[in-house]
Amino acid sequence: MGLWEISLQFFFAGLTVGSIYALVALGFTIIFNASGIVNFAQGEFVMLGALLAVSLATAGVPLALCLVLSVIVVPLIGCLLERLFIRPLAGRPVLTPIIVTIGASIFMHGVAALLWGKDALPLAPLPGPPTIVVGGAVLQGQSLWILGCGLLAMVALRLFFTRTQTGRAMRANAVNRQGALLVGINPGRIVMLSFGLSAGLGALAGVLVAPIITASYGMGTMLGLKGFAAAILGGLGSSPGAIVGGLLLGVLESFAAGFISSGYKDAVAFVILLLVLFLRPAGLFGARKTGGL
Amino acid sequence: MGARRLLSYLAAGAAAALMPLVLRSPYHQSVLTFIAINAIVALGLNLLMGYAGQISLGHAAFHALGAYGSGILTTMLGMDPWLAMACSIAGACLVALVIGVPTLKLSGHYLAIATLGFGMIISIVLEQWAALTGGTSGLRDIPKLQIAGFAFNTDLRFYYLAWGCCLVLMALSANVMDSRKGRALRAIHLSEVAASTCGVDVARLKLQVFVLSAGYAALAGSLYAHYVNFISPERRFGFPFSIEAVVMVVLGGLGNIWGSLLGSGTITALGEFLRRFGDYDVAAFGLILMLAIIFLPQGMSGALARLSLRRKPKGEGVAAPAKAHVRAGKGAPPGEGSHG
Repeated sequence: MGLWEISLQFFFAGLTVGSIYALVALGFTIIFNASGIVNFAQGEFVMLGALLAVSLATAGVPLALCLVLSVIVVPLIGCLLERLFIRPLAGRPVLTPIIVTIGASIFMHGVAALLWGKDALPLAPLPGPPTIVVGGAVLQGQSLWILGCGLLAMVALRLFFTRTQTGRAMRANAVNRQGALLVGINPGRIVMLSFGLSAGLGALAGVLVAPIITASYGMGTMLGLKGFAAAILGGLGSSPGAIVGGLLLGVLESFAAGFISSGYKDAVAFVILLLVLFLRPAGLFGARKTGGL
Repeated sequence: MGARRLLSYLAAGAAAALMPLVLRSPYHQSVLTFIAINAIVALGLNLLMGYAGQISLGHAAFHALGAYGSGILTTMLGMDPWLAMACSIAGACLVALVIGVPTLKLSGHYLAIATLGFGMIISIVLEQWAALTGGTSGLRDIPKLQIAGFAFNTDLRFYYLAWGCCLVLMALSANVMDSRKGRALRAIHLSEVAASTCGVDVARLKLQVFVLSAGYAALAGSLYAHYVNFISPERRFGFPFSIEAVVMVVLGGLGNIWGSLLGSGTITALGEFLRRFGDYDVAAFGLILMLAIIFLPQGMSGALARLSLRRKPKGEGVAAPAKAHVRAGKGAPPGEGSHG
């Protein structure tokens, strides 16, 4: 394989994992826009989605149905989390929701370790497209699923936010909470819905990525933090930013792992994160003020 | 130092000195030693979070720099442990200075995530740079501390060393906070703009506190390394410990020095207690954490102050409420509602 093929191979791998980061980053963005909260438990939705799918698959449920059921059940957990632990925090300083969502993350992490054990569990890849070769580089079937589902989810989200009443209400609430309240939008419901939506996106990411990296109780922490880094890279609060940030982070990380060192692969994401924060804290697409949050 | 404060520290010192007579087992003494070591980290972080109003989700990195600095300098270069401790604290402070300049320009979530990212980078480097840090298998045989032939080589001896350090640093924190700089810091917490119009060099002061709090964490790390004599990159030097430190500060009470001790004691003891429940400990810790933050908005010290406020009027008659109110005001963190 020449340098071109190798680079292309890294690029595909980067796009695949980048799509996962993008989905997680979108989850962060939706909750942040609805409530101003950064949900540190986002990665645990990914983990729950993946482990739930593993359990369903072991019970004999077809894989496609596992995906659908996961994406339906995990949002309920997201809504429950919001109702029980986030809503009582209204009006508290920025540090409080950070700690509570971290607490939620530790809690879910611990419960998952109890329910599913601490071993990494495999999940079969979704049936369908065979491995294809593009320009000398291999693109696996599961990668195609990830790219396709990721794209589909983004388009669906776009339609939801622009074409439906609820989606528009969520956007109005993000732009101006008091204004939204004045025209009869219930902010409590919006925040709960945002937790449900991001939990769904997280679960989707989890089911899609599990066949590649296996599912385990600890998988969510790093994916969550990387997704957050992607959201910051694109500009916290911007949906296109989250997508571009996720893909960019995935590709950069993949190249760094391939050409520099795979051991320091995870550090790359955080070095990029710090550079963005120091040089352009508003991110690639962000216009928001970075102070005074 | 006021007479009343001196008295309270003497009382705490006496209590710490007598404690081993009650709790005689080396296990209990080691748990108490960890409480003191963790309290030092919490005290430093409290200066940053509770007084200057800045968040750090990466303090485990400075703790790690202190521990690994001591470990590497003593085991690989054969340096004297005390000198190694001084060097590693100075090194951690230097890193804090360099990283603090760009980082402290950020606020709120951005500051939180920047410090988190820094902490992650350090913990990844500790794991990957095996030639220097021993990688995942860690560093062993870190020597004990000793003064003129007296080695701190038992749990009891180290207990006194750790608690001595902790109490001295508590008194130091209290004095710093009562100084001109401390008042300027509180002003920053309430409003950076107002503070700077009063002539406070906000950026410089924030940086100084950041460096000081990194120094506390590094000292605690170095003590840990010389006490346990073995360090490895898991739990204690990564993200989980950064969170634990923040939780100690917030649970104990932001901006309350005794609160840091209370927070460290509670979290450290809780960790030990929950261990008995085997695999349930992580889930229980997460749940307790969420509930505690939701129901104790001003931390344990704030809750205690409110309790004493509620009880006072019964015993002391008419004049009591005003007095109790002043007290509660003192105990409550300054400007709870204005983070970031």
